[in-house]
Order: sequence, then structure tokens, then C-alpha cells
Amino acid sequence: MTVHTLTIAELARKLRSREVSSEELTRACLARIEQHNKPLNAFLTVTADAALAASRVADKRLAAGDAGPLTGVPIGHKDIFCTDGVRTSCGSRILDNFVAPYDATVVARLKNAGTVMIGKLNMDEFAMGSSNETSYYGPVANPWDRTRVPGGSSGGSAAAVAARLLPAATGTDTGGSIRQPAALTGITGFKPTYGRVSRYGMIAFASSLDQAGVLTRSVEDAALLLEAMAGFDPADSTSVDVPVPKYSTLLEQPLKGLKIGLLKEFFDKGLDESNAACVRAALDVCKRLGAELREVSLPNLPLSVPTYYVVAPAECSSNLSRFDGVRFGYRCKDPKDLMDLYKRSRGEGFGAEVKRRIMTGTYVLSAGYYDAYYLKAQKVRALINEDFRRAFGEVDVLMGPTTPTPAFAIGAKMNDPITMYLNDIYTIGANLAGLPAMSVPCGLVEGLPVGLQIIGPHFSEAKIFNVGHLYQRETDWHRRAPAGYA
Amino acid sequence: MSTLTRKEVEAIAHLARLAITETEFPVYVASLSSIVAFIEQLAAADTANVEPMAHPLAGQVQRLRPDVITESDHHDKYQQNAPQVQAGLYLVPKVIE
Repeated sequence: MTVHTLTIAELARKLRSREVSSEELTRACLARIEQHNKPLNAFLTVTADAALAASRVADKRLAAGDAGPLTGVPIGHKDIFCTDGVRTSCGSRILDNFVAPYDATVVARLKNAGTVMIGKLNMDEFAMGSSNETSYYGPVANPWDRTRVPGGSSGGSAAAVAARLLPAATGTDTGGSIRQPAALTGITGFKPTYGRVSRYGMIAFASSLDQAGVLTRSVEDAALLLEAMAGFDPADSTSVDVPVPKYSTLLEQPLKGLKIGLLKEFFDKGLDESNAACVRAALDVCKRLGAELREVSLPNLPLSVPTYYVVAPAECSSNLSRFDGVRFGYRCKDPKDLMDLYKRSRGEGFGAEVKRRIMTGTYVLSAGYYDAYYLKAQKVRALINEDFRRAFGEVDVLMGPTTPTPAFAIGAKMNDPITMYLNDIYTIGANLAGLPAMSVPCGLVEGLPVGLQIIGPHFSEAKIFNVGHLYQRETDWHRRAPAGYA
Repeated sequence: MSTLTRKEVEAIAHLARLAITETEFPVYVASLSSIVAFIEQLAAADTANVEPMAHPLAGQVQRLRPDVITESDHHDKYQQNAPQVQAGLYLVPKVIE
């Protein structure tokens, strides 16, 4: 049976009609991983025994008629989420030996919903990267072309879902780390409103930007997973106490009269012409469905990358100060004193890009530079936020490309951090303003996927899912599998 | 255009408690200089009378909770991740001679 090609919504129907058991599905995933993971390097840890045990529990619930829409569905977690008793590395040497002592709220909620965790997925170290090349465990390959990157930082999640190793995976998005890899691997990636999903147990990178989300093969699946993950959590002080709509029941609202804003600043000279053509074709589909298109300008948006590369490193330098070689994680050999222990544990435990960002953050926060860089960036961030607020006074959602180009070659941008950073030029704005945003596949350019990005106002998850779902009903880009993985 | 010197990068690395090797230094001097030059374009933005953004959601403030113990003791479990412990205590090199 080719269960690996099915979406969660399709699997849930087969599970409930007892056409397939969760154990069979879990075994099918494990077999796919065995067959395909090595060259992709998507999984860091496969929890086969625990997965099979969980699948049998799910099968009992299904047999008893006590099952929800996610009961028995296999998923994977980005290795940034703490998983009780399972190694949680965050893609870093400094946490190579770290076994999380508790479950992240996202992990616990998805477990309670009956999902079966198959394993933990590769990622850029501490989620700092746009290509999954900064992982201590080596780069992840893009299943569409294994000489290319899958994007990052949720690159393992994206590659595994795109290669049909499992139907869905969690991810996190601080500057585009769900949407960009989803775009480059031809899948659906959803980043919710800041505060919509608990960050408890999700290893912190930049706390005012980090948000958990999902990578799936359909918008409907993303809606199903988010309604299980989202909601108030007293353990996260930025978690928002706003009711969670039943997203999966709100997918069918007609698009007639929907006002879509085309982000003028996104269709700039940096945008690859073939990417632009795919996005324009997707906009035409929305127009056929009854939406109205109009151009919208966000004049401060071009400053989002430099703003981000002040704010995010500043927060990271603070968050990562907890890794000191004392209570957990890597400790250097034979420290001669406490300062040596700190410096060498951190110097040897962190990779090059993480150290670069910690130092950038330390610099912009240091005495004499704080006002010029950090305070200034937080003011520009307010301007960008205001641009979005004004735009959403005129339109319901904003659309544009997710990335400037399709997937680039492994190694191509590793020696030039600024060029790498500019790959997130279209995704960072939504993080700075805390907005929900999604990437859906909208075409192929020379065999490589292109993503359409949909951004909405705060807490407009249901609208974004609705638009994306109706777009996917009219198109089949999300059903295309990379050659060799169909 | 500001260019960072080796001395400045050494000072930053010390503040960040990072041991940087001789081979790494030139790479960081170059890349941190280019990053600083890149973020300097923010200086041109007109931010007169703009309040710095404190939270992505307007009107949200960080919640406070009552100061009561809600956690149970997981001392032993947490210390399983420690590089060196003795009698329930974390061990580090001698701080005071």
C-alpha cells in the first residue's frame, strides 16, 4: 500500500474505517526512513520502539471508537523541541549529549491528540541558518535535487515531509525557518501568530520572534495540526489567551470579495523572474476564485533584514548565555579555571554561525552601541509593524513570493553570511510584526519548487488556511512528489 | 563604514565568553565587519518620535503569576544531564584559591 503518499486528512479516514492500522502506518514510515534517510540526513534520531508502542495504544483507541482526527498519525519533531527521555540536540555539539527531562508543550499536546512520534529532525544549529548547513550533524539534502539545500532552519522537517518519509513534522520560524524550507521543498509550511502556540520546551533562539508551526503536504493538514497545538499555556509568559477556532471546519468560505494585497516591495529586482511568474500565476487562480487584487506598498519592509540581524542576534546572545558547561551540555576537557571552562565549552560546543550571531548580538548590546543599533532596530521594527497594520486596513491578506529563488546549491552561500541572510528577505517581516504566514507550493522552475506566501493580520490563521486550501483545490502543485520519492 | 579590528573582536569574544581560535579570528573580523556595515543602513531610517517596539502584539504585557511553588522536585533527573556532579551538587573548577 502506498500510504506514504497520503495526507493526514486521508490517513485519518483510513485509520477510522480500520482500512489501515496505526502500527502499519508507523512501520511504513520506519521502512521509508530506512530506505531514504541516509542520503537526505533528515532524521537525527529515530524512536522506532517508542513509536511502535504508541501506535498500538492508538490502535486500541481507534478500535474503541475513542479517536480524534490525529489519533494514530505518525509525525516527527524538529530537534529544537524537548522530548522527555529522548536526545534533544538543537543541531548543536553543545547539546549532543542532552536528554530532555520533559516534553515541550507542543510535543505534549500532539501526543495527547494521539499522534505517534517517529523521531527527531535535523535543523540548522539553534535554528540559525537558511540552508540546514550549520547543523553539527551535517547538511540535509533537498529531495528534489540532492546537491541543493532544503532551506532552513527546519530543513530536516521539510526534507522528510517532501520525501514522503512521514506525513507531517513540526518546525519553528524565527525569520522564515518554516516557510522558506517549505517553499524550497514543495510543501506547505505554516507559522502562526506570535503567542498562538506555546514556546515552552522549545529551545529559545530569539524570544520575541520564535514561533512554533508545522510542515505538511496540504493546508488542511496544517489546520488539523495547529488546532491541536495552539492555545493558552501558563508555562509560556508570552502565550496568548485567545480561543482557538476549529480551523479545519473553516476551510471552505468562498473567496468572493476577498481583498488580496500584492506586496510591491516583494516583486523587486532581487526576485528571480521565473519565481515571479509562478507567483503571478497563483494570484490569477485567486482572482478566478473571486478575490480582488491590489498592489500594496510597505515602504519600510526593505529594512526588515538589517532590523532582524540586530534584534535576533541580540536576543540569541542573551538566550544562549545559559550554555555554560556547568549544569548540562558539553564541557571542555581539563578546564584550568571557571573562565576557561565557560570560554572553551562554548567556543568548542557552538558552531561558526552560532558564535557569529552571539558576537553580533553582544556587540549591538554593548555599552556605547546599544542606542545606535538595538534601540534603533526596535524603532524601525515599530515602523515595519505600522506598515503592516496600515496595509491590513485596506486588504484581508497579503501575498507574494516566499523566497527570491528556488533552492540553491549546498555550499554556495556558506562563506558569505550577508548573501545567506538575504534569502529570508520576504519572510522576516512577518516575524518582526508577529504575523501568521504560510507558504504553499505554486510551481516548479527547472524541476525545483517555488512557494507562494500568504500573510494575514494577527490571529487570522483561519483566513490564511481558508485561502490556501481553496488554492490547493484548484491546483496540484502540493501533490507533486520529487522524482524517486513518489 | 565601520570596520572592526582584531582587538575589538577579541573584546567581544571575551564579553560573550567564547574561546576563538587563531584560525577563526580573521574570519570573524571580516564577517562581523560586513554585518556591522550591513546593519548600519538602519541609521538612515527616520525614527524621530517613534517608540521602540516592545511586543509584537499591541497592548500585550507579560503576565505575572502568583509567587507559589508549582513544580515538584526533579533534582536527580535534571542532574543526569550534568557534566560533573557530586552529592547532588554541580562541580566546577575551584573559583577561590
